[in-house]
Amino acid sequence: MTATGKLGILNPLAIIFENHLARLGMVIIGIFILAALFAPWLAPHDPIAQNLGQRLQPPSWTYPLGTDDLGRCVLSRMIHATRISLRIGLLVVGITAISGSIIGLFSGYTGGITDELIMRATDVFLAFPGIVLALVVAGVLGPGLTNTMLALALIGWTGYARLVRGCVLSTREKTFVEATQVLGAGHVYIMFRHILPEVLGPVLVMATLGMGWTILSSAALSFLGLGAQPPVPEWGAMLSSGRPYLRTAWHLSTFPGLAIMVVVLAFNFLGDGLNDALNHKKKPADGN
Amino acid sequence: MIRFIAMRLLLMAWVIVGATILICLIIRLAPGDASLLIAMARHGGIDQVSKAEIETIRRSEAIGGPFVVQYGKWLHHALQGDLGYSLVDGKPVLTEILRRFPATLQLAAASLLIALLIAIPVGLLSASHPNSLFDHLGLSVALIGVSMPNFWLGLLLISLFSVHLGWLPVFGTGGINHLILPALTVGTGAAALTTRLTRSSIIDTLGCNYIRTARAKGLPERVVIGKHALKNALIPIITMVGLQFAFLLEGAVIVETIFAWPGIGRLLVEAIFSRDYAMLQGCALFMAIVFSLVNLAVDMFSAWIDPRIRYERKRA
Repeated sequence: MTATGKLGILNPLAIIFENHLARLGMVIIGIFILAALFAPWLAPHDPIAQNLGQRLQPPSWTYPLGTDDLGRCVLSRMIHATRISLRIGLLVVGITAISGSIIGLFSGYTGGITDELIMRATDVFLAFPGIVLALVVAGVLGPGLTNTMLALALIGWTGYARLVRGCVLSTREKTFVEATQVLGAGHVYIMFRHILPEVLGPVLVMATLGMGWTILSSAALSFLGLGAQPPVPEWGAMLSSGRPYLRTAWHLSTFPGLAIMVVVLAFNFLGDGLNDALNHKKKPADGN
Repeated sequence: MIRFIAMRLLLMAWVIVGATILICLIIRLAPGDASLLIAMARHGGIDQVSKAEIETIRRSEAIGGPFVVQYGKWLHHALQGDLGYSLVDGKPVLTEILRRFPATLQLAAASLLIALLIAIPVGLLSASHPNSLFDHLGLSVALIGVSMPNFWLGLLLISLFSVHLGWLPVFGTGGINHLILPALTVGTGAAALTTRLTRSSIIDTLGCNYIRTARAKGLPERVVIGKHALKNALIPIITMVGLQFAFLLEGAVIVETIFAWPGIGRLLVEAIFSRDYAMLQGCALFMAIVFSLVNLAVDMFSAWIDPRIRYERKRA
């Protein structure tokens, strides 16, 4: 069973390359990352410069995806928006995955009253459906990207904490951990040498799916007017500003939505692939 | 069973108390002088507000005091069914929420119906022909559905059916026509998740011994899947419906805003933008309580039809 120690990163990667959808997901994510890194060079126009003479133009050679209500190039804005969405995704997922895992590790390993308290706290967070709590936090703190990230991070940690705690509890029961304990290994050693590798795979899956969820939710908050503020280019906000022009300028409400869907889909493909890869190895042990 | 119910009720009580504490803590994060905000909201502008009035509000709402005092005061009122008054128009929060809730319930029920009508047949067909073309197609469409932002889907549906074809109204309420687009928006999203679960749940069930027995005794595949497999696969599906309720309530917030549907989700968003903290607090709490109650009902129901769950929960 210690073979799962290696499983952490390497084996799933090998299996993922055999999974077409996961591979497709990786390629799409790669393209979005490149777009974010090289946005200033890739974008044909300034994403913020207004050109009122060219308002609401349909797609053309000069403006491949048309222009918005202030005459700004939609493609350039979308390319720059990848930076915002990916940054929010990485930051929020990074913070929640690390803090949630540490809390879960601590909770599961300590057990007893501490564990009980932490788990009952997660129950409270999970009582609020979906992004309702994030909406309240973002609403109270006021609009803006930082507050959006804070709001999403506040509700995101619970999933990791519960997942990791569950893994810790089931791993602790295993014979090899007991054996190590009997041999005189310390808590820190057991945690890092045996429990952490076991937990890494499921957390990686959750984090990958979490990237998609975070990008989707932050776009939703921006769509409602709580996230990115004008003139910052952001997909959800772009969709929202295209709403009055459904009849006259279809491109405004089409392309930013497509971008959100494609990138979220890519993370879901990859996450599912990772999950299959992990379960593929674990199948005989348990059904989860 | 009684022990299980008691434990579950206890947990539920804690979750609701915890939710009130959490929401009160978050509302305290609001920047600026809360009593000034309340006064301004009540009188429509900073010019209309006198110093004395701000002081009165500060005292009556226990603003600036320690959290425990403030929370205690709030809880005392809340227990009597008084969730405070809207900071905007002075109406009681609970009355307004209850007035708006039926619309959300209606939308949620219609969406759930659409979700199940799509998910159960597609999930069944996919599971009975795993790895077929239909299965792959169904799974791919479901994954696209999960990844699709509901606010985008809503816009696309409006664009197609209202703006270009002119079949359905763009927004508002009225007859069943007004319900179709918002329910489709939320329902198809929920269908995506439910389809995936139905499929995996039935495939798991098909691997069980009693299915092998049913097949071995010569039952036609239609009966094996339709009767033996579906019934047992129903338990996770029912649990999922409970979880879906979160999705429906969350979807309601955004979809109600797009379609100007007068439900509690739109009330929440309106409260955010008018900085009506009392209403915001009330809406969020109400949603949490409804969601917890649905989860409780689902848990009880699945424990009742499947005794194994009771024992598992007891151990955990």
